[in-house]
Amino acid sequence: MKDFGFSVIKQRTIDYDQFDGRLLNEVLEMEPSFKVCLSCGGCTATCSAADLVSFNVRRMNLLLRRGETVELESEIQKCMLCGKCMLVCPRGINLRNVIMLIKKSILKYKPVNS
Amino acid sequence: METACALTDAGHWVTVIEKEEKVGGKLNNWSYLFPDFTPVDEIRDALQEKHSEKDFSILNQTEVRSINRQNGKFNIETSGEQKFEADAVVVATGYEIFDARRKEEYGYKIYDHVITSADLEKLLLPDGDLSVAAGQNPKRIAFVHCVGSRDEKSGNHYCSKVCCITGVKQAIELKKRLPDAEIYCFYMDLRMYGKNFEELYREAQEKYDIQFIRGRLSEASEKIDKSLLIKAEDTLSGRPLKMNVDLLVLLVGMEAGKGTTSAAAICSIGCEESGFLKTTDSFLKSNFSEQEGIFLAGSCTAPMSVNDTILHARSAAQEVNNWLKKNI
Repeated sequence: MKDFGFSVIKQRTIDYDQFDGRLLNEVLEMEPSFKVCLSCGGCTATCSAADLVSFNVRRMNLLLRRGETVELESEIQKCMLCGKCMLVCPRGINLRNVIMLIKKSILKYKPVNS
Repeated sequence: METACALTDAGHWVTVIEKEEKVGGKLNNWSYLFPDFTPVDEIRDALQEKHSEKDFSILNQTEVRSINRQNGKFNIETSGEQKFEADAVVVATGYEIFDARRKEEYGYKIYDHVITSADLEKLLLPDGDLSVAAGQNPKRIAFVHCVGSRDEKSGNHYCSKVCCITGVKQAIELKKRLPDAEIYCFYMDLRMYGKNFEELYREAQEKYDIQFIRGRLSEASEKIDKSLLIKAEDTLSGRPLKMNVDLLVLLVGMEAGKGTTSAAAICSIGCEESGFLKTTDSFLKSNFSEQEGIFLAGSCTAPMSVNDTILHARSAAQEVNNWLKKNI
């Protein structure tokens, strides 16, 4: 077929009805401290990786809660597991464990067509 | 003091036992009150004038050693070896200011130009010296919200309630004094809960160009010129942010403090997880402790503003009066 240069634009809306909470639930069950994130960004402010690459550890929470599994998978590769974020966190979240749990389970839940 | 006044008016004989040299508590440390910059002297003098007309006694620099209830009477022993008998007891031990040295990463008492909101309050008086070096005023100032509040690392999970509006108030006052200074507030949430608080926040943005950045400071470090490098995430743009400031103000929260903790032990009444005293419920019995005849007034029960404290103290007086009528 002739290519007219048009494509179907993917909807930007967060379609919450399509949200797959399995990965989130698994992470929260194994690391309940992650439930109480305030999104203050203290973790990102002190992050050794965030200075150099576009890595935002606070956004892990958001990506997980919005089901953005594809982006999440590439993002967590940037974490060096140094644990500075945990020293700063006002809610005492074990972020290193959160990253490890996501790493462990993400392949199970990644959408097939991605 | 407000409770003592109201109870005296109701015809009761009241004795106030005060730990400090003078009554008034933390009110003695502030200069201007939010949200309308009322000079604290006005409020304090008005209260004192009202109090001085009343006939009740005050024991200064005295602490309660023990309280025992026998045959419906409270036997009270003080540090001055005095002994009293009372029909009812009101605990009004107030709060302590969070010791900012416990947030070592912000450098209070380590770096020269890191101060707390309590320190700043004194500097805001007309003769207060705001300079950071000889003849040099700070050009850029940052406020850090929630220092010692909402922070597991400080051991305080609760919100201290008044720091948000204190930050806005002090930022405006600084801007009035130093019109050329840039002022930034680093916040997690801004809780403008009270009457005219939101309006003051709006005024800070509209009239005084105070900048609000949503992100919690991770650390501050001092440079060789004594200015401070602060780090936070600008969470709304999603990127780490660093900034050099000449003065850093820590908006310190409230803690129950030693006075309240020891009052709980002496009166055998319970504390919340926060350390503040437990009230029977939060709606109808916010002045009642777990012990019959022991009542609670003011910020020993939770972080409170000056006006909330006055109201809570008055309601305590009413509850005591009702209780005495019924039981004595």
